[in-house]
Amino acid sequence: MDDFILRALAAGCGIAALAGPMGSFVVWRRMAYFGDTLAHSALLGVTLGFLLGVDPTLGVMGVCVVLALVLVALQQRRALASDTVLGILSHSALSLGLVAVAFLETLRVDLIGYLFGDILSVTADDLLRIYAGGAVALALLALLWRRLLAVTVDEDLARVEGMPVTALRLAFMLLIALVIAVAMKVVGILLITSLLIIPAAAARRFARTPEQMAALAAVFGMAAVAAGILSSLHWDLPGGPSVVVAAFVLFLASNLVPVRRG
Amino acid sequence: MSTLPKLGPLVETHGLTLTLGGRTVLNRIDLTVGPGEIVTLIGPNGAGKTTLVRAVLGLVKPTGGMVKRMPGLRVGYMPQRLNIDATLPLTVRRFLGLWRPVDRARMDRALAEAGVAHLAGSPVQSISGGELQRVLLARALLGEPHLLVLDEPDQGVDVHGQAELFDRIAELRRTHGCGVLLVSHDLHTVMARTDKVVCLNGHVCCSGHPEDVSRHPEYHALFGRHADQLAVYVHHHDHRHTTDGHVLPGAGGDCCGPDHHHDHHHGHGEEHRHG
Repeated sequence: MDDFILRALAAGCGIAALAGPMGSFVVWRRMAYFGDTLAHSALLGVTLGFLLGVDPTLGVMGVCVVLALVLVALQQRRALASDTVLGILSHSALSLGLVAVAFLETLRVDLIGYLFGDILSVTADDLLRIYAGGAVALALLALLWRRLLAVTVDEDLARVEGMPVTALRLAFMLLIALVIAVAMKVVGILLITSLLIIPAAAARRFARTPEQMAALAAVFGMAAVAAGILSSLHWDLPGGPSVVVAAFVLFLASNLVPVRRG
Repeated sequence: MSTLPKLGPLVETHGLTLTLGGRTVLNRIDLTVGPGEIVTLIGPNGAGKTTLVRAVLGLVKPTGGMVKRMPGLRVGYMPQRLNIDATLPLTVRRFLGLWRPVDRARMDRALAEAGVAHLAGSPVQSISGGELQRVLLARALLGEPHLLVLDEPDQGVDVHGQAELFDRIAELRRTHGCGVLLVSHDLHTVMARTDKVVCLNGHVCCSGHPEDVSRHPEYHALFGRHADQLAVYVHHHDHRHTTDGHVLPGAGGDCCGPDHHHDHHHGHGEEHRHG
Protein backbone atom coordinates (compact mmCIF):
# COMPACT_ATOMS: atom_id res chain seq x y z
CA MET A 1 0.00 0.00 0.00
CA ASP A 2 1.19 3.50 -0.72
CA ASP A 3 2.41 5.70 2.09
CA PHE A 4 -0.32 8.26 1.61
CA ILE A 5 -2.97 5.58 2.10
CA LEU A 6 -1.33 4.39 5.31
CA ARG A 7 -1.08 7.97 6.54
CA ALA A 8 -4.75 8.53 5.71
CA LEU A 9 -5.75 5.37 7.57
CA ALA A 10 -3.59 6.25 10.57
CA ALA A 11 -4.98 9.79 10.69
CA GLY A 12 -8.57 8.63 10.34
CA CYS A 13 -8.24 5.94 12.99
CA GLY A 14 -6.60 8.38 15.40
CA ILE A 15 -9.46 10.78 14.98
CA ALA A 16 -12.06 8.02 15.28
CA ALA A 17 -10.48 6.87 18.55
CA LEU A 18 -10.94 10.38 19.92
CA ALA A 19 -14.31 11.00 18.30
CA GLY A 20 -15.83 7.84 19.82
CA PRO A 21 -15.75 8.89 23.48
CA MET A 22 -16.13 12.61 22.70
CA GLY A 23 -19.05 11.94 20.38
CA SER A 24 -20.73 9.79 23.03
CA PHE A 25 -20.70 12.79 25.36
CA VAL A 26 -22.01 15.03 22.57
CA VAL A 27 -24.92 12.62 22.14
CA TRP A 28 -25.59 12.24 25.89
CA ARG A 29 -25.46 15.98 26.43
CA ARG A 30 -27.55 16.67 23.31
CA MET A 31 -24.88 18.97 21.96
CA ALA A 32 -24.81 17.83 18.33
CA TYR A 33 -25.90 21.21 17.01
CA PHE A 34 -23.56 22.95 19.41
CA GLY A 35 -20.65 20.95 18.02
CA ASP A 36 -21.76 21.77 14.51
CA THR A 37 -21.80 25.49 15.34
CA LEU A 38 -18.29 25.35 16.76
CA ALA A 39 -17.07 23.43 13.73
CA HIS A 40 -18.53 26.01 11.37
CA SER A 41 -16.43 28.69 13.00
CA ALA A 42 -13.23 26.77 12.28
CA LEU A 43 -12.70 28.36 8.88
CA LEU A 44 -12.69 31.79 10.49
CA GLY A 45 -10.14 30.42 12.95
CA VAL A 46 -7.90 29.20 10.15
CA THR A 47 -8.01 32.60 8.43
CA LEU A 48 -7.33 34.47 11.66
CA GLY A 49 -4.47 32.08 12.35
CA PHE A 50 -2.89 32.96 9.00
CA LEU A 51 -3.49 36.67 9.58
CA LEU A 52 -1.89 36.66 13.00
CA GLY A 53 0.88 34.36 11.89
CA VAL A 54 0.02 31.64 14.39
CA ASP A 55 -0.64 27.96 13.85
CA PRO A 56 -4.10 27.45 12.31
CA THR A 57 -4.87 24.88 15.03
CA LEU A 58 -4.45 27.62 17.62
CA GLY A 59 -6.60 29.96 15.53
CA VAL A 60 -9.36 27.37 15.36
CA MET A 61 -9.18 26.68 19.11
CA GLY A 62 -9.25 30.39 19.88
CA VAL A 63 -12.28 31.14 17.72
CA CYS A 64 -14.09 28.04 19.03
CA VAL A 65 -13.53 29.07 22.63
CA VAL A 66 -14.71 32.63 22.02
CA LEU A 67 -17.78 31.33 20.21
CA ALA A 68 -18.51 28.85 23.01
CA LEU A 69 -18.36 31.64 25.58
CA VAL A 70 -20.63 33.89 23.49
CA LEU A 71 -23.06 30.99 23.14
CA VAL A 72 -23.18 30.32 26.86
CA ALA A 73 -23.68 34.03 27.57
CA LEU A 74 -26.49 34.32 25.01
CA GLN A 75 -28.16 31.15 26.26
CA GLN A 76 -28.13 32.39 29.82
CA ARG A 77 -29.96 35.58 28.83
CA ARG A 78 -32.69 33.39 27.39
CA ALA A 79 -34.00 36.13 25.12
CA LEU A 80 -33.97 33.65 22.23
CA ALA A 81 -34.42 29.91 22.09
CA SER A 82 -31.25 27.89 22.13
CA ASP A 83 -31.60 26.51 18.63
CA THR A 84 -32.19 30.00 17.24
CA VAL A 85 -29.01 31.27 18.89
CA LEU A 86 -27.08 28.27 17.58
CA GLY A 87 -28.49 28.76 14.09
CA ILE A 88 -27.54 32.44 14.03
CA LEU A 89 -24.01 31.84 15.23
CA SER A 90 -23.43 28.69 13.19
CA HIS A 91 -24.21 30.20 9.81
CA SER A 92 -22.79 33.62 10.62
CA ALA A 93 -19.50 32.06 11.70
CA LEU A 94 -19.29 29.96 8.53
CA SER A 95 -20.13 32.95 6.32
CA LEU A 96 -17.64 35.15 8.14
CA GLY A 97 -15.02 32.50 7.51
CA LEU A 98 -15.87 32.29 3.79
CA VAL A 99 -15.92 36.08 3.45
CA ALA A 100 -12.63 36.40 5.29
CA VAL A 101 -11.01 33.85 2.98
CA ALA A 102 -12.30 35.70 -0.10
CA PHE A 103 -11.13 39.03 1.28
CA LEU A 104 -7.55 37.93 1.72
CA GLU A 105 -6.74 37.33 -1.91
CA THR A 106 -3.10 36.78 -1.12
CA LEU A 107 -4.06 33.91 1.13
CA ARG A 108 -4.14 30.62 -0.73
CA VAL A 109 -6.53 28.42 1.12
CA ASP A 110 -7.76 25.11 -0.20
CA LEU A 111 -11.37 25.96 0.57
CA ILE A 112 -12.83 22.63 -0.49
CA GLY A 113 -10.18 20.88 1.59
CA TYR A 114 -11.21 22.77 4.69
CA LEU A 115 -14.93 22.35 4.08
CA PHE A 116 -14.95 18.68 3.16
CA GLY A 117 -11.56 17.42 4.26
CA ASP A 118 -8.66 16.04 2.30
CA ILE A 119 -7.75 12.83 4.02
CA LEU A 120 -5.55 11.52 1.22
CA SER A 121 -3.19 14.47 1.49
CA VAL A 122 -2.41 13.99 5.19
CA THR A 123 1.25 14.70 5.87
CA ALA A 124 3.54 13.29 8.53
CA ASP A 125 3.21 16.68 10.23
CA ASP A 126 -0.58 16.38 10.26
CA LEU A 127 -0.29 12.90 11.74
CA LEU A 128 1.88 14.18 14.55
CA ARG A 129 -0.60 16.97 15.20
CA ILE A 130 -3.54 14.55 15.25
CA TYR A 131 -1.87 12.07 17.59
CA ALA A 132 -0.41 14.67 19.94
CA GLY A 133 -3.67 16.65 20.13
CA GLY A 134 -5.70 13.47 20.35
CA ALA A 135 -3.58 12.07 23.18
CA VAL A 136 -3.94 15.28 25.18
CA ALA A 137 -7.70 15.35 24.60
CA LEU A 138 -8.17 11.67 25.52
CA ALA A 139 -6.05 12.02 28.66
CA LEU A 140 -8.10 15.04 29.76
CA LEU A 141 -11.32 13.23 29.00
CA ALA A 142 -10.23 10.18 31.02
CA LEU A 143 -9.26 12.43 33.91
CA LEU A 144 -12.62 14.20 33.94
CA TRP A 145 -14.68 11.17 32.93
CA ARG A 146 -16.66 10.49 36.13
CA ARG A 147 -17.30 14.14 36.86
CA LEU A 148 -18.35 14.89 33.28
CA LEU A 149 -20.80 11.99 33.50
CA ALA A 150 -22.16 13.39 36.78
CA VAL A 151 -22.63 16.85 35.23
CA THR A 152 -24.31 15.23 32.21
CA VAL A 153 -26.75 13.40 34.47
CA ASP A 154 -27.72 16.44 36.57
CA GLU A 155 -25.93 19.76 36.96
CA ASP A 156 -27.71 20.73 40.18
CA LEU A 157 -26.82 17.47 41.88
CA ALA A 158 -23.22 17.83 40.76
CA ARG A 159 -23.13 21.39 42.10
CA VAL A 160 -24.56 20.38 45.49
CA GLU A 161 -21.89 17.66 45.65
CA GLY A 162 -19.30 20.41 45.29
CA MET A 163 -18.23 19.73 41.71
CA PRO A 164 -16.98 22.72 39.66
CA VAL A 165 -19.82 22.50 37.14
CA THR A 166 -19.03 25.64 35.14
CA ALA A 167 -15.36 24.69 34.85
CA LEU A 168 -16.31 21.18 33.73
CA ARG A 169 -18.66 22.53 31.07
CA LEU A 170 -15.96 24.86 29.80
CA ALA A 171 -13.43 22.04 29.79
CA PHE A 172 -15.79 19.96 27.69
CA MET A 173 -16.26 22.78 25.18
CA LEU A 174 -12.51 23.16 25.00
CA LEU A 175 -12.22 19.45 24.27
CA ILE A 176 -14.73 19.77 21.43
CA ALA A 177 -12.70 22.67 20.05
CA LEU A 178 -9.59 20.50 20.20
CA VAL A 179 -11.33 17.65 18.37
CA ILE A 180 -12.49 20.05 15.65
CA ALA A 181 -9.01 21.47 15.27
CA VAL A 182 -7.40 18.07 14.77
CA ALA A 183 -10.21 16.44 12.78
CA MET A 184 -10.73 19.33 10.35
CA LYS A 185 -8.10 18.08 7.93
CA VAL A 186 -9.65 14.64 7.61
CA VAL A 187 -13.39 15.16 7.22
CA GLY A 188 -13.66 18.95 6.91
CA ILE A 189 -15.55 21.40 9.07
CA LEU A 190 -18.93 20.69 7.51
CA LEU A 191 -18.75 16.99 8.32
CA ILE A 192 -16.91 16.83 11.65
CA THR A 193 -20.08 16.50 13.74
CA SER A 194 -21.08 13.41 11.78
CA LEU A 195 -17.90 11.64 12.84
CA LEU A 196 -18.74 12.55 16.45
CA ILE A 197 -22.36 11.51 16.57
CA ILE A 198 -22.96 8.79 13.96
CA PRO A 199 -20.59 6.13 15.40
CA ALA A 200 -21.80 6.95 18.95
CA ALA A 201 -25.43 6.64 17.90
CA ALA A 202 -24.67 3.34 16.18
CA ALA A 203 -22.95 2.05 19.33
CA ARG A 204 -25.79 2.89 21.71
CA ARG A 205 -27.86 -0.24 21.23
CA PHE A 206 -24.95 -2.56 22.01
CA ALA A 207 -23.64 -0.82 25.13
CA ARG A 208 -24.59 -1.45 28.75
CA THR A 209 -22.17 1.07 30.24
CA PRO A 210 -20.94 4.52 29.16
CA GLU A 211 -17.44 3.10 28.65
CA GLN A 212 -18.69 0.33 26.37
CA MET A 213 -20.51 2.89 24.26
CA ALA A 214 -17.43 5.11 24.00
CA ALA A 215 -15.14 2.23 23.05
CA LEU A 216 -17.59 0.76 20.57
CA ALA A 217 -18.13 4.18 19.00
CA ALA A 218 -14.37 4.44 18.50
CA VAL A 219 -14.29 1.00 16.83
CA PHE A 220 -17.26 1.85 14.59
CA GLY A 221 -15.59 5.13 13.69
CA MET A 222 -12.39 3.34 12.69
CA ALA A 223 -14.34 0.87 10.58
CA ALA A 224 -16.11 3.74 8.85
CA VAL A 225 -12.79 5.52 8.23
CA ALA A 226 -11.22 2.39 6.72
CA ALA A 227 -14.25 1.60 4.57
CA GLY A 228 -14.54 5.23 3.49
CA ILE A 229 -10.91 5.60 2.50
CA LEU A 230 -10.76 2.32 0.63
CA SER A 231 -13.95 2.99 -1.31
CA SER A 232 -12.75 6.50 -2.03
CA LEU A 233 -9.60 5.05 -3.59
CA HIS A 234 -11.41 2.29 -5.42
CA TRP A 235 -14.10 4.42 -7.00
CA ASP A 236 -12.22 7.73 -6.98
CA LEU A 237 -14.68 9.38 -4.57
CA PRO A 238 -14.13 12.38 -2.27
CA GLY A 239 -12.52 11.10 0.96
CA GLY A 240 -14.39 12.94 3.75
CA PRO A 241 -17.89 12.35 2.38
CA SER A 242 -17.05 8.69 1.70
CA VAL A 243 -16.10 8.23 5.36
CA VAL A 244 -19.37 9.81 6.48
CA VAL A 245 -21.40 7.68 4.05
CA ALA A 246 -19.62 4.58 5.38
CA ALA A 247 -20.48 5.65 8.95
CA PHE A 248 -24.09 6.14 7.91
CA VAL A 249 -24.29 2.70 6.32
CA LEU A 250 -22.81 1.26 9.51
CA PHE A 251 -25.42 3.10 11.55
CA LEU A 252 -28.23 1.73 9.40
CA ALA A 253 -26.77 -1.78 9.63
CA SER A 254 -26.44 -1.48 13.41
CA ASN A 255 -30.18 -0.92 13.64
CA LEU A 256 -30.86 -4.17 11.83
CA VAL A 257 -28.85 -6.30 14.25
CA PRO A 258 -31.15 -7.77 16.88
CA VAL A 259 -30.11 -6.95 20.45
CA ARG A 260 -31.43 -8.63 23.54
CA ARG A 261 -32.37 -5.87 25.95
CA GLY A 262 -32.23 -6.71 29.61
CA MET B 1 -23.70 7.68 61.64
CA SER B 2 -22.95 11.32 61.02
CA THR B 3 -21.37 12.82 64.04
CA LEU B 4 -21.91 16.50 64.42
CA PRO B 5 -19.19 18.78 65.62
CA LYS B 6 -21.61 20.98 67.52
CA LEU B 7 -25.28 21.45 68.13
CA GLY B 8 -25.75 24.70 66.25
CA PRO B 9 -28.16 24.84 63.32
CA LEU B 10 -27.16 22.95 60.17
CA VAL B 11 -28.45 25.71 58.00
CA GLU B 12 -30.21 28.99 58.64
CA THR B 13 -31.44 31.86 56.57
CA HIS B 14 -31.89 35.42 57.77
CA GLY B 15 -34.06 37.83 55.84
CA LEU B 16 -33.51 35.79 52.70
CA THR B 17 -34.95 37.72 49.77
CA LEU B 18 -34.93 36.74 46.13
CA THR B 19 -36.35 38.61 43.17
CA LEU B 20 -36.63 37.08 39.73
CA GLY B 21 -37.46 39.36 36.82
CA GLY B 22 -38.83 42.07 39.12
CA ARG B 23 -41.03 39.67 41.05
CA THR B 24 -40.26 39.03 44.69
CA VAL B 25 -40.28 35.25 44.91
CA LEU B 26 -38.94 35.06 48.45
CA ASN B 27 -39.50 37.85 50.92
CA ARG B 28 -37.35 38.02 54.07
CA ILE B 29 -37.39 34.36 54.93
CA ASP B 30 -36.02 33.20 58.28
CA LEU B 31 -35.57 29.46 58.34
CA THR B 32 -33.57 27.20 60.61
CA VAL B 33 -32.93 23.48 60.38
CA GLY B 34 -31.19 21.92 63.37
CA PRO B 35 -29.44 18.57 63.68
CA GLY B 36 -31.91 15.67 63.69
CA GLU B 37 -34.81 17.99 63.02
CA ILE B 38 -37.44 17.47 60.30
CA VAL B 39 -38.66 20.75 58.85
CA THR B 40 -41.39 20.69 56.24
CA LEU B 41 -42.05 23.50 53.77
CA ILE B 42 -45.62 23.69 52.57
CA GLY B 43 -47.41 26.20 50.40
CA PRO B 44 -49.34 26.54 47.17
CA ASN B 45 -47.75 26.34 43.72
CA GLY B 46 -45.59 29.36 43.07
CA ALA B 47 -45.10 29.95 46.80
CA GLY B 48 -41.33 29.73 46.32
CA LYS B 49 -40.77 26.37 48.01
CA THR B 50 -38.36 25.03 45.43
CA THR B 51 -36.65 28.41 45.07
CA LEU B 52 -36.09 28.52 48.84
CA VAL B 53 -34.61 25.03 48.73
CA ARG B 54 -32.35 26.04 45.85
CA ALA B 55 -31.20 29.09 47.79
CA VAL B 56 -30.48 26.95 50.85
CA LEU B 57 -28.45 24.61 48.64
CA GLY B 58 -26.52 27.52 47.14
CA LEU B 59 -27.89 26.88 43.64
CA VAL B 60 -29.33 30.39 43.36
CA LYS B 61 -27.87 33.57 44.81
CA PRO B 62 -30.19 35.47 47.12
CA THR B 63 -30.87 39.11 46.25
CA GLY B 64 -30.80 40.04 49.90
CA GLY B 65 -30.32 38.51 53.31
CA MET B 66 -28.08 35.56 53.99
CA VAL B 67 -27.85 31.80 54.03
CA LYS B 68 -25.56 30.34 56.65
CA ARG B 69 -24.46 26.75 56.39
CA MET B 70 -22.60 24.93 59.14
CA PRO B 71 -18.92 24.76 58.17
CA GLY B 72 -18.20 21.39 56.54
CA LEU B 73 -21.89 20.68 56.11
CA ARG B 74 -22.60 17.65 53.95
CA VAL B 75 -25.89 17.86 52.12
CA GLY B 76 -27.78 14.99 50.54
CA TYR B 77 -30.07 16.51 47.93
CA MET B 78 -32.98 14.75 46.34
CA PRO B 79 -34.36 16.78 43.42
CA GLN B 80 -37.95 16.62 42.23
CA ARG B 81 -37.04 14.84 39.05
CA LEU B 82 -34.15 13.83 36.88
CA ASN B 83 -33.93 13.95 33.10
CA ILE B 84 -31.27 11.55 31.94
CA ASP B 85 -30.99 11.20 28.19
CA ALA B 86 -32.06 7.74 27.02
CA THR B 87 -28.86 7.44 24.99
CA LEU B 88 -26.73 7.25 28.15
CA PRO B 89 -26.36 3.60 29.17
CA LEU B 90 -26.39 3.85 32.93
CA THR B 91 -27.43 1.30 35.51
CA VAL B 92 -28.70 2.35 38.93
CA ARG B 93 -25.43 1.16 40.46
CA ARG B 94 -23.30 3.23 38.05
CA PHE B 95 -25.55 6.22 38.69
CA LEU B 96 -24.87 5.93 42.42
CA GLY B 97 -21.14 5.75 41.82
CA LEU B 98 -20.90 8.95 39.77
CA TRP B 99 -20.88 11.37 42.66
CA ARG B 100 -18.03 10.00 44.71
CA PRO B 101 -15.99 6.83 44.76
CA VAL B 102 -18.18 4.32 46.64
CA ASP B 103 -17.63 0.61 47.11
CA ARG B 104 -20.27 -1.84 46.02
CA ALA B 105 -21.23 -3.02 49.50
CA ARG B 106 -22.08 0.50 50.63
CA MET B 107 -24.11 1.11 47.49
CA ASP B 108 -26.12 -2.03 48.06
CA ARG B 109 -26.66 -1.07 51.69
CA ALA B 110 -27.95 2.37 50.71
CA LEU B 111 -30.25 0.85 48.08
CA ALA B 112 -31.56 -1.59 50.67
CA GLU B 113 -32.15 1.26 53.13
CA ALA B 114 -34.20 3.04 50.50
CA GLY B 115 -36.04 -0.20 49.74
CA VAL B 116 -34.84 -0.66 46.16
CA ALA B 117 -32.02 -3.22 46.45
CA HIS B 118 -33.44 -5.21 43.53
CA LEU B 119 -32.93 -2.33 41.08
CA ALA B 120 -29.13 -2.14 41.27
CA GLY B 121 -28.58 -3.57 37.78
CA SER B 122 -31.49 -1.87 36.01
CA PRO B 123 -30.99 0.97 33.54
CA VAL B 124 -31.79 4.14 35.44
CA GLN B 125 -34.15 5.36 32.69
CA SER B 126 -36.25 2.21 32.87
CA ILE B 127 -37.43 2.43 36.49
CA SER B 128 -40.70 4.06 37.57
CA GLY B 129 -41.04 7.53 39.11
CA GLY B 130 -41.54 6.13 42.60
CA GLU B 131 -38.54 3.82 42.25
CA LEU B 132 -36.42 6.70 40.98
CA GLN B 133 -37.36 8.73 44.06
CA ARG B 134 -36.00 5.92 46.25
CA VAL B 135 -32.84 5.60 44.18
CA LEU B 136 -32.34 9.34 44.58
CA LEU B 137 -32.83 8.91 48.32
CA ALA B 138 -30.20 6.16 48.37
CA ARG B 139 -27.85 8.43 46.43
CA ALA B 140 -28.37 11.22 48.95
CA LEU B 141 -27.59 8.82 51.82
CA LEU B 142 -24.27 7.70 50.30
CA GLY B 143 -22.66 11.03 51.12
CA GLU B 144 -23.28 10.50 54.86
CA PRO B 145 -25.19 13.78 54.91
CA HIS B 146 -25.74 15.99 57.95
CA LEU B 147 -28.73 17.42 56.16
CA LEU B 148 -31.15 15.73 53.77
CA VAL B 149 -32.94 18.09 51.41
CA LEU B 150 -35.93 16.46 49.76
CA ASP B 151 -37.90 18.39 47.16
CA GLU B 152 -41.38 16.88 46.97
CA PRO B 153 -40.32 13.30 47.57
CA ASP B 154 -43.99 12.31 47.42
CA GLN B 155 -44.33 13.23 43.75
CA GLY B 156 -45.45 10.38 41.57
CA VAL B 157 -46.00 8.20 44.60
CA ASP B 158 -49.47 7.00 45.57
CA VAL B 159 -50.99 7.76 48.97
CA HIS B 160 -49.97 4.45 50.48
CA GLY B 161 -46.44 4.88 49.13
CA GLN B 162 -46.31 8.42 50.52
CA ALA B 163 -47.01 7.31 54.08
CA GLU B 164 -44.39 4.58 53.70
CA LEU B 165 -41.88 7.04 52.26
CA PHE B 166 -42.33 9.53 55.08
CA ASP B 167 -42.01 6.73 57.65
CA ARG B 168 -38.77 5.77 55.94
CA ILE B 169 -37.51 9.35 56.06
CA ALA B 170 -38.35 9.59 59.77
CA GLU B 171 -36.52 6.28 60.28
CA LEU B 172 -33.47 7.58 58.38
CA ARG B 173 -33.44 10.64 60.59
CA ARG B 174 -33.21 8.33 63.60
CA THR B 175 -30.55 6.00 62.20
CA HIS B 176 -28.40 8.66 60.53
CA GLY B 177 -29.07 11.47 62.94
CA CYS B 178 -29.40 13.91 60.06
CA GLY B 179 -31.61 16.94 59.79
CA VAL B 180 -34.25 16.94 57.07
CA LEU B 181 -35.60 19.81 55.01
CA LEU B 182 -38.64 18.59 53.16
CA VAL B 183 -40.89 20.20 50.57
CA SER B 184 -44.41 18.91 50.41
CA HIS B 185 -47.78 20.20 49.45
CA ASP B 186 -49.58 17.82 51.70
CA LEU B 187 -49.50 18.73 55.35
CA HIS B 188 -51.87 15.92 56.14
CA THR B 189 -49.43 13.15 55.22
CA VAL B 190 -46.36 14.69 56.80
CA MET B 191 -48.18 15.97 59.90
CA ALA B 192 -47.28 13.11 62.24
CA ARG B 193 -43.72 12.84 60.96
CA THR B 194 -42.44 16.39 61.03
CA ASP B 195 -41.12 18.50 63.89
CA LYS B 196 -41.73 21.86 62.34
CA VAL B 197 -43.86 23.17 59.51
CA VAL B 198 -43.11 26.35 57.62
CA CYS B 199 -46.04 27.63 55.63
CA LEU B 200 -44.72 29.60 52.70
CA ASN B 201 -46.32 31.98 50.24
CA GLY B 202 -43.49 34.23 49.12
CA HIS B 203 -43.07 35.09 52.77
CA VAL B 204 -43.36 32.86 55.81
CA CYS B 205 -47.08 32.90 56.67
CA CYS B 206 -46.69 30.91 59.82
CA SER B 207 -44.43 28.26 61.23
CA GLY B 208 -44.21 25.97 64.19
CA HIS B 209 -45.51 22.58 65.26
CA PRO B 210 -47.75 20.96 62.67
CA GLU B 211 -50.81 21.04 64.94
CA ASP B 212 -50.33 24.73 65.68
CA VAL B 213 -49.84 25.57 62.02
CA SER B 214 -52.92 23.66 60.99
CA ARG B 215 -54.91 25.85 63.41
CA HIS B 216 -53.20 29.09 62.43
CA PRO B 217 -55.49 31.69 60.81
CA GLU B 218 -52.80 32.61 58.24
CA TYR B 219 -52.64 29.01 57.17
CA HIS B 220 -56.40 28.86 56.82
CA ALA B 221 -56.48 32.13 54.95
CA LEU B 222 -53.74 31.01 52.58
CA PHE B 223 -55.15 27.65 51.74
CA GLY B 224 -58.73 28.88 51.85
CA ARG B 225 -58.03 31.71 49.44
CA HIS B 226 -55.99 29.58 47.11
CA ALA B 227 -58.54 26.86 47.26
CA ASP B 228 -60.86 29.40 45.67
CA GLN B 229 -58.39 30.60 43.06
CA LEU B 230 -57.02 27.29 41.99
CA ALA B 231 -59.25 24.76 40.42
CA VAL B 232 -60.19 22.77 43.46
CA TYR B 233 -62.53 19.91 43.91
CA VAL B 234 -63.60 19.09 47.41
CA HIS B 235 -65.80 16.07 47.56
CA HIS B 236 -65.58 15.39 51.23
CA HIS B 237 -63.89 16.89 54.26
CA ASP B 238 -61.02 14.46 54.16
CA HIS B 239 -60.77 13.92 50.46
CA ARG B 240 -59.56 16.71 48.22
CA HIS B 241 -57.94 17.03 44.83
CA THR B 242 -56.59 19.94 42.91
CA THR B 243 -55.93 19.80 39.22
CA ASP B 244 -52.57 21.51 39.61
CA GLY B 245 -51.33 18.60 41.60
CA HIS B 246 -51.43 19.88 45.11
CA VAL B 247 -53.45 18.25 47.75
CA LEU B 248 -54.90 20.21 50.59
CA PRO B 249 -55.10 18.93 54.14
CA GLY B 250 -58.50 17.69 55.05
CA ALA B 251 -58.57 18.46 58.74
CA GLY B 252 -62.09 19.82 58.56
CA GLY B 253 -64.20 22.71 57.40
CA ASP B 254 -62.61 25.19 59.78
CA CYS B 255 -59.35 25.21 57.90
CA CYS B 256 -60.85 26.98 54.96
CA GLY B 257 -61.49 30.63 54.24
CA PRO B 258 -64.70 32.36 55.29
CA ASP B 259 -66.13 32.27 51.79
CA HIS B 260 -65.51 28.59 51.42
CA HIS B 261 -68.25 26.05 50.97
CA HIS B 262 -67.64 22.85 52.78
CA ASP B 263 -68.71 20.25 50.29
CA HIS B 264 -68.34 20.05 46.55
CA HIS B 265 -66.44 23.20 46.07
CA HIS B 266 -65.35 23.86 42.52
CA GLY B 267 -63.09 26.85 42.18
CA HIS B 268 -61.48 27.99 38.99
CA GLY B 269 -58.91 30.63 38.48
CA GLU B 270 -55.41 31.57 37.63
CA GLU B 271 -52.63 29.19 38.28
CA HIS B 272 -49.42 30.41 39.80
CA ARG B 273 -46.33 28.86 38.52
CA HIS B 274 -42.67 29.61 38.49
CA GLY B 275 -39.41 27.85 37.72
